[in-house]
Order: sequence, then structure tokens, then C-alpha cells
Amino acid sequence: MRTDDLIPLAPAVKEIARHGDMRVPVRFTGGDKLLADMDEKVREQILNVSRLPGIVGCACCMPDAHWGYGFPIGGVAAFDAEEGGVLSVGGVGFDISCGVRLYHTGLTEAEVQPQKEAIADDFFRTVPSGVGSEGKIHLDIEGIEEVLREGARWAVAKGYGPESELEYVEEHGRIAGADPAMVSHVAKRRQRAEMGTLGSGNHYLEVQVVERIEDEPAARAYGIKVGDVVVMIHCGSRALGHQIGTDYLVTLAEAAKRHGISYPDRELACAPINSPEGRRYYAAVCCGVNCALANRQVIGGLVRQVLERRFPGSNPRLIYDVSHNTCKLEEHKVNGRTRLLHVHRKGATRAWGPGHPGLVERYREVGQPVFIGGTMGTRSWILRGTTLAEERSFSSTCHGAGRAMSRREAMRRWTAAQVKHEMEARGITLRAASRRGVVEEAPGAYKDVESVVDGAHAAGISAKVARLRPIACIKG
Amino acid sequence: MESRTFDHAADIGVRGEGKTLEEAFAGAARAMFSVMVDLAGVEPRESVAISCEASDLELLLVRWLNALLAEADLRGMVFCDFDMRLREGGLDGTARGERFDPERHVPGVEVKGATLTELKVAREGGIWHAQTVVDV
Repeated sequence: MRTDDLIPLAPAVKEIARHGDMRVPVRFTGGDKLLADMDEKVREQILNVSRLPGIVGCACCMPDAHWGYGFPIGGVAAFDAEEGGVLSVGGVGFDISCGVRLYHTGLTEAEVQPQKEAIADDFFRTVPSGVGSEGKIHLDIEGIEEVLREGARWAVAKGYGPESELEYVEEHGRIAGADPAMVSHVAKRRQRAEMGTLGSGNHYLEVQVVERIEDEPAARAYGIKVGDVVVMIHCGSRALGHQIGTDYLVTLAEAAKRHGISYPDRELACAPINSPEGRRYYAAVCCGVNCALANRQVIGGLVRQVLERRFPGSNPRLIYDVSHNTCKLEEHKVNGRTRLLHVHRKGATRAWGPGHPGLVERYREVGQPVFIGGTMGTRSWILRGTTLAEERSFSSTCHGAGRAMSRREAMRRWTAAQVKHEMEARGITLRAASRRGVVEEAPGAYKDVESVVDGAHAAGISAKVARLRPIACIKG
Repeated sequence: MESRTFDHAADIGVRGEGKTLEEAFAGAARAMFSVMVDLAGVEPRESVAISCEASDLELLLVRWLNALLAEADLRGMVFCDFDMRLREGGLDGTARGERFDPERHVPGVEVKGATLTELKVAREGGIWHAQTVVDV
């Protein structure tokens, strides 16, 4: 990506000043090499976002940004409804509220290693994954509508995890504003047998070991120490979320024309927040968020079952659940004034700093936990939110390693057997529903997660807490 | 009719080409299903009727691909063969395929949806092209 006109603002934070028809500056976070290696398309897309009606503050790119759909993946933008602000499908993504949930297993590596293969089999059997997989829960339309209204609370009421987990989930497990009437019948029908399924692509369930602690007070608050075993779940709102995205994509593209919104690229299909289409889309997105929260809660319940069966007396504990494809109504201070904004985070994680009133008491002194999934062969990270992120990135940080290579290129380079063999050589057990999925998700096809995390840390939008080493990976 | 996939940084592009617009739309659909399953093993045993509408040809391609994804998912099927008739403001089509059988079919990755990225429906040198990027 061209970087010669970027103005340094702070270490690892640079801006393109507002010019021409930009309504706000564009801000990049991450080290020089990450920015130089970024696709030119990222720059083009985030500049387009900065031209949208009602955008405030700045249009931000996270260190793991890559080419997306209208918005770059790793793009954050906040809109004020009072200033004609808009909602965009590309700013949320099709996998609404895709995110990461992390459990402490209550076990150490020494206890888990001898049974690793058997545990991987248990998880692979218990948590449905891959193309065409179905869960054990079958719901009618009314049941689905309850999920969309209640989110993770629905799953807890059905026996998937204790109620005490809910305060460790964003929005306490249920986002306000969900209206199931704004979700199509097709979307609801598609979800009937998909609750508690992992999906495919980059979704996974991983057994990991805490390898290194970088921030002792935060690690203490999160209850982790070196050698502890955790389980990371990465998945989203499944078919329902995808259908909401595809339903509204063309609807908003057609609405933009009607509302006379001119935007530089058709991909930025958007509608004013205060328009019938915008209001309907937001109510549907909230349904998608609740669906994802419920889905991860069900999978969490299944993870508990596996652990409690194999290790009687183990006491799994939810550390936190974060989402990274969302649009949420939040208060932020812009130019000294607190405003209610619609914050789009496409491939970006909300990261509240210490003292945030929305945070669960246990984490209030250190900030919100953030989970950065690596690829299936590499390390993952636990970060924490910072106060600085509030002024720099609308309390947002990165979400993952980010792809560096296309899926087709990965298929040309490797075979499934090669990837599996390499992972086993590094001590990682792999269970996968699709050989092709394994190749497309090969570790070498992703950016180096370390440089992404270093970038976020250097930019001050989150801080390193602990590094996690995978020992078993279940892949959709 | 030709169908193929093309590179996109994070996801994958699908493209159909043909002497008619209908062939190009069918080719794009075939390319999309080839991402989800190895089509060599899929037989056109059952037919499903699919109709959709949009305000222009490009948005119609997106609606067509997304309607196919929804139908395939609802029926637990994979599609391998397509035809359709374009009409004013929309199309009426047929998709043929069979129930997905993990024992017989080689799965690829799930497609979440067809996007507006690299979306193009155009006639060049007497050949119709219909393409877009799908989110996986």
C-alpha cells in the first residue's frame, strides 16, 4: 500500500489528512512494515468509507486490515444518525457477530497432554462442523424467534452453561433492539437445525496452553497462569446471519439509490440510519448478534460437557466472549462532545479500557479481555482494552492474523497431508471436516499474528496479556 | 458455457461465461457450488424452481446466487446444473442437484453469500461475463 502521504500521529498511528470529498481523516494503526504490506485496496476502501454521509471522528484501519466488501476487513467507522449517518452491510459483514469465546478448562497441560487425541475426538464428535452439518437442537420458527430476542440467555435457559456466564459475554448475552419481524422467513428456516454448529472456513475450536504472560495484573484478573489449558471457540451467526446479510445487501443498494446517497463504490451499499430500510436492517443485525451469542453459548455448553465427562471435577470457566463483525449503538466522545453513534466494526473487536462502566466488576481495573485468533498452526493472543483506544479507535482493536494469500494460491502450494504433517510435527493434533478447508486455512496463508499484535500494542489500542500455544485444533 | 473461480485476497471470485446471458449466470452458479463441493461427484437428480427479481442485471446476479445458496441450504442439497429464462425485472430458473452426502461428496468450504465486490455483468467480444466475489 502507498504510505508516502501518511502523517505520523503517535507511535504506530498514522493518518491521511482530510482532503477533497473526504468527510473525516483516515487513520491507520500498526507498524510501518504492516502498513507497507497492506493491499492497495485497503487504502482505497477506507478512503471511500471516509466519504460516507454522517461519519464522525475518523475512519480507522486495524493492524490486520485486508481487502473486504466495501469496508476493509479490519475497518472501524462511527456514524451519527442526526447528521445523516448510514448503515452499511459491508461494515458488518455476512457473518454477523462472528467472534471468539475463551474458556479456562481448570486443567493444566500436564493433565491434558496424555489424553489430547481422545479430547480432540470428543470435541470433533460433539461440536458439529463443516459444510451441511446440523446440530442436535431442532427449532420451529417460534423457537428461532425466541433465540433472536434472547441471545445467549436463551441458551442458558436451555441448560447450556450457568447464568453466571452471561456477564462475561458482550451485551450480557443479549443485545437490545432485536426485532425478529425484520428477519426473513428464509433466514429463520435456515437456522432451524444450525444452533450449536461451528461452520467452516476460518472457524475452529482450539485447545491451547498459556505459554507466556506479558501483563501479570491482567492475567491475575483473567485467572490465567503459564501452563493452564484454555479452549477457544471461533464462530458466528451461521446461516441466519448470512441470510440477513444477503437479504439486506441488495435492499440497501436499492435504497441508497432512492435516498439519493451518492457513494464512490456500489459495494458500500448503505441506507440512512433514520430511514425505514436502515431501521429494519439495524433491528435485523441485532437479531444476528443474538443468534451468534446463543450459538457460541450452546457450543460452550457442549465444551463443558466434554470436559466434565473426561475430567470429572474439572471446573470450566468462561473468561469472555467477544464479537468482531458488528454495528452497535454506543456513546463516544468526539471533539469533546459525548454522542450516541452507530459504530461499525468489520473484522475488529470492541476493546473497553480500565474503568469502563459496562465491564464486569472482576475486569474493571484491567480492562476488557480481547482474543486474537492466530491460524491453526500458530499462536493466539489475549490482549486487554486500553483507555487510549477510546480516543484513537472508538475502543476497537484487531481481530486476527488476517489473510495474506488467496485460497486458490494456498491450494496451489500445499496438500492437506502436508499441512497436517507439519502441524503434528509442531505438536498440534488436527481434526477437520474438509481436506480442502485444511489447505485453504494453512498457517502460511495468513499474516504473522505476532506483527499484528505488536502493531495493536504499539499503537496503544490494546495491550498484550498472554500468548497461547495450540495443542489441538478442530476445523470446520 | 464456462465456469471458473478467480483470486480475491481473503475470499474467492466466481465467474461464468457464455454466448448468452443465461449461460453466464449458470456458469457463475456452477463456479460458486464448486467452492462448496467437488462437482464431479454430484448428480442432477432433483430439480428446484427458483425465481428472483432485482432493479438491474448485476444485482440480479447477486440475488440469483444468494437464492441458490438459501435453497441448497434449506434442502440440504448441492446443485451442479442450472438453466433459466430472463424476463423483465427478474428471472425464472431451475437448479438441479442432489442431497449432500458426506460419504460420497467431497466438501470444500461453506459459502456465506455473494457480495457486490468485483461484481460485473457485461458483454465483451460477443461473450457474456457474469462475476462476483463470494464470502467464505
